[in-house]
Amino acid sequence: MFRVASDTLNSRVPAGPLEQKWDKHRFNLKLVNPANKRKYSVIVVGTGLAGGSAAASLGELGYSVKAFCFQDSPRRAHSIAAQGGINAAKNYPNDGDSIWRLFYDTIKGGDYRAREANVYRLAQVANNIIDQCVAQGVPFAREYGGTLANRSFGGAQLSRTFYCRGQTGQQLLLGAYQALMRQVSTGRVKMFARREMLELIVSNGAARGIVVRNLENGKLEVHTADAVVLCTGGYGNVYYLSTNAKGCNVTASWRCHRRGAYFANPCYTQIHPTCIPVSGDYQSKLTLMSESLRNDGRVWVPKNKGDHRAPGQIPDEERDYYLERRYPSFGNLAPRDISSRAAKERTDAGYGVGESGLAVFLDFRDAIARDGEDVVRKKYGNLFHMYEKITAENPYKVPMRIYPAVHYTMGGLWVDYNLMSNLPGLYVLGEANFSDHGANRLGASALMQGLSDGYFVIPYTIGDYLAGAKHGKLAEDAPECRAALQDAEARIAKLLSVNGRRTVDSFHRELGLLMWDYCGMARTKSGLEATIPRIRALREEFWTNVRVPGESGTLNQSLEKAGRVADFMEFAELLAVDALHRNESCGGHFREEYQTEDGEAARDDENYSYVAAWEFQGAGNEPVLHREPLVFENVKPSTRSYK
Amino acid sequence: MSSDTLNLTLRVWRQAGPDKPGGFCDYQLDGVSTHMSFLEMLDVLNEKLIAAGDEPVAFDHDCREGICGMCSLMINGQAHGPDRGTTTCQLHMRRFASGETITIEPWRATPFPVVRDLVVNRSAFDRIIQSGGFVSVNTGNAPDGNSVPVPGNRQEVAMDAAACIGCGACVAACKNASAMLFVSAKVSQLSILPQGQPERSARVLGMVAQMDKEGFGSCTNTSECEAACPAEVSVSHIARLNREYMKALVFADR
Repeated sequence: MFRVASDTLNSRVPAGPLEQKWDKHRFNLKLVNPANKRKYSVIVVGTGLAGGSAAASLGELGYSVKAFCFQDSPRRAHSIAAQGGINAAKNYPNDGDSIWRLFYDTIKGGDYRAREANVYRLAQVANNIIDQCVAQGVPFAREYGGTLANRSFGGAQLSRTFYCRGQTGQQLLLGAYQALMRQVSTGRVKMFARREMLELIVSNGAARGIVVRNLENGKLEVHTADAVVLCTGGYGNVYYLSTNAKGCNVTASWRCHRRGAYFANPCYTQIHPTCIPVSGDYQSKLTLMSESLRNDGRVWVPKNKGDHRAPGQIPDEERDYYLERRYPSFGNLAPRDISSRAAKERTDAGYGVGESGLAVFLDFRDAIARDGEDVVRKKYGNLFHMYEKITAENPYKVPMRIYPAVHYTMGGLWVDYNLMSNLPGLYVLGEANFSDHGANRLGASALMQGLSDGYFVIPYTIGDYLAGAKHGKLAEDAPECRAALQDAEARIAKLLSVNGRRTVDSFHRELGLLMWDYCGMARTKSGLEATIPRIRALREEFWTNVRVPGESGTLNQSLEKAGRVADFMEFAELLAVDALHRNESCGGHFREEYQTEDGEAARDDENYSYVAAWEFQGAGNEPVLHREPLVFENVKPSTRSYK
Repeated sequence: MSSDTLNLTLRVWRQAGPDKPGGFCDYQLDGVSTHMSFLEMLDVLNEKLIAAGDEPVAFDHDCREGICGMCSLMINGQAHGPDRGTTTCQLHMRRFASGETITIEPWRATPFPVVRDLVVNRSAFDRIIQSGGFVSVNTGNAPDGNSVPVPGNRQEVAMDAAACIGCGACVAACKNASAMLFVSAKVSQLSILPQGQPERSARVLGMVAQMDKEGFGSCTNTSECEAACPAEVSVSHIARLNREYMKALVFADR
């Protein structure tokens, strides 16, 4: 199934006390003279929170930046859909928050599978993010006196989440986008929209450029630079149905992986507990209902199986508020992995509601009775509106029906403390890397990480690399560039030449269902072992029976999708191998064989307290496992309890 | 046929490329579930077209939850279709009746040239933002977030304006193809907030100049833009834009 390398990956975490690591490290990093910065070029792929903030900040410093996105504008990146908020330990509510507590909650929330030093740095710079965004004009919610407001999120017992109604991601992204547009107007950043990255160019072992396809006219372009910063998001769409945007894909990461970058912990996937349930086989995506709703909504199912009365007619004593019952101290704000599994447990046991039985109630009756409908509308109006649009039910009158859905992926390309992959010059930021969330991400932490990486980490760490890189300019027609270009051309030609009988979407749906059933919320050894050959067979069928209409020299959305699905077909196998190799349950990775008596995840710290970083050996060949041991010097891994 | 499926005639704008001629094609689509979103209905049409050996209809979309602003479409002559405050991706087929003919076109405006079928180029909006739609604050320069209080009511109005998703429905709905609602949303947000004050005049002058340069038309106060806006941005922001512009023309240090 896989081979184990004898080496140990070096995370390059600096020595010294946790609180001083980042400050000391920044002092030790080499600097690029301000007058010399413009001589260095940096490619940034993706313009979400990580990529937008990185490209803008690097432009401000004076580097020559080229930024790329596949959408028609950098403002469309899927960070825009984040609803609930962004964490920071400002302690404005005076409820006992601190950098240490944010660090501790994040490490614990990640089920002790994240790197301590990275998480501490994240908690440290979070406060700067809030300040930066306020200064950009991000309209965060305010108290009557004009100060910033906070609310609570899962996995924390205090209020540290800053928010803009139910559109926090939108407002933070527009802040980064506006900063980026300002740099475009100065000429320091050159923006390339509607470009999809198809290959990484590696020269003398270092990342030096990319091949992109101009999606409007189909032309392939080569771009070279001194470093490449990948900010291309997660791989949730390997499941076909997820809360990700339709265009989200693993291609940029996978292409780097094929060129030598290690892929870490792909089996850590986050299933979000509160999404609108699937309604039919035409379903194209799933819609999240923000976790912030669990501040006021109560989750329940009927106590009696097959109770089909209208929810309003089921009296309190016949309702099972199972999160409050099982986790009295965190209640409805239990972390995502735990809440999702609890919903699965109830519906698998036959207590589910709705037509399919694959749903539970999220009920605002008590909040409306306590605070009034207007207060609830002010907090969650746009979410209630969206729910009603999709389901034609009024959540002010009847409880929402929700079910878990794929939402976020904690795994990603392996990076060291500087956010550089094992390929020199290839940096990976935001959801695309693996480093900060361990096996489970807490709510309102994705925005924090994306902006931390882009605004406050990469501007320092990339200078250290550039100052030491003595590689000269790489011509766009150098042999390694031409080879990468030819690889991309050949792949496109192959996809167009199959001319089989099945559409790209039909393959994607089949792959997604397979992954959801055997590699989703619960996994077993036998299920995973049976799934891997089925993924291979499906991949083989894809390359002999897919039909991609049209040609490459125009806008061709079928061709775009085909390239992405082809990469998902290879990636899916690695995800399953990783899930099979990790003989423990932790966070979002739940192996049914490894659970406690009351059904909680059972970790195996003795054997699996490491990052699994996989090296590519060719599609269908056994990957090689490199391990980075996780060292906990400041917190003691314990059984995660939210009871 | 049960009542929760529809039989529809779709009259769709097809255009092979920016310089190619375009025209309507009619497609019959039966058994459409009323629970589908409008874009899922187009997915089904495309699967059918591909199976029949035809090229699918190109259309822009991404998040499919009403926030990214990528989806568009004139549906029976209305930008984002018949529902108020709703993007095309959030429009559901229960809004239509069996037997209906639905006409689907791209945004029509000179500054938004057609790329293919229903896909247009909206990069003019990015260039307008580049002309001043920001606060010039480099990373690392910010004071503590609470050092400048913002009264709750001002913050609320700023947020109402900031909700703009940049989809271009306002332009498509306007008989003059004016971009005033889009421009006003950003000008309004940043002129209300204390953080936007230092560049208040330069911003409005720069953005309006770029808007004119891109070829967007003038505003004649018909408010079609507000009616079409999926983020429900109010035309009162256009009134504020006009005030800001006049003030900047008369008083600005330039």
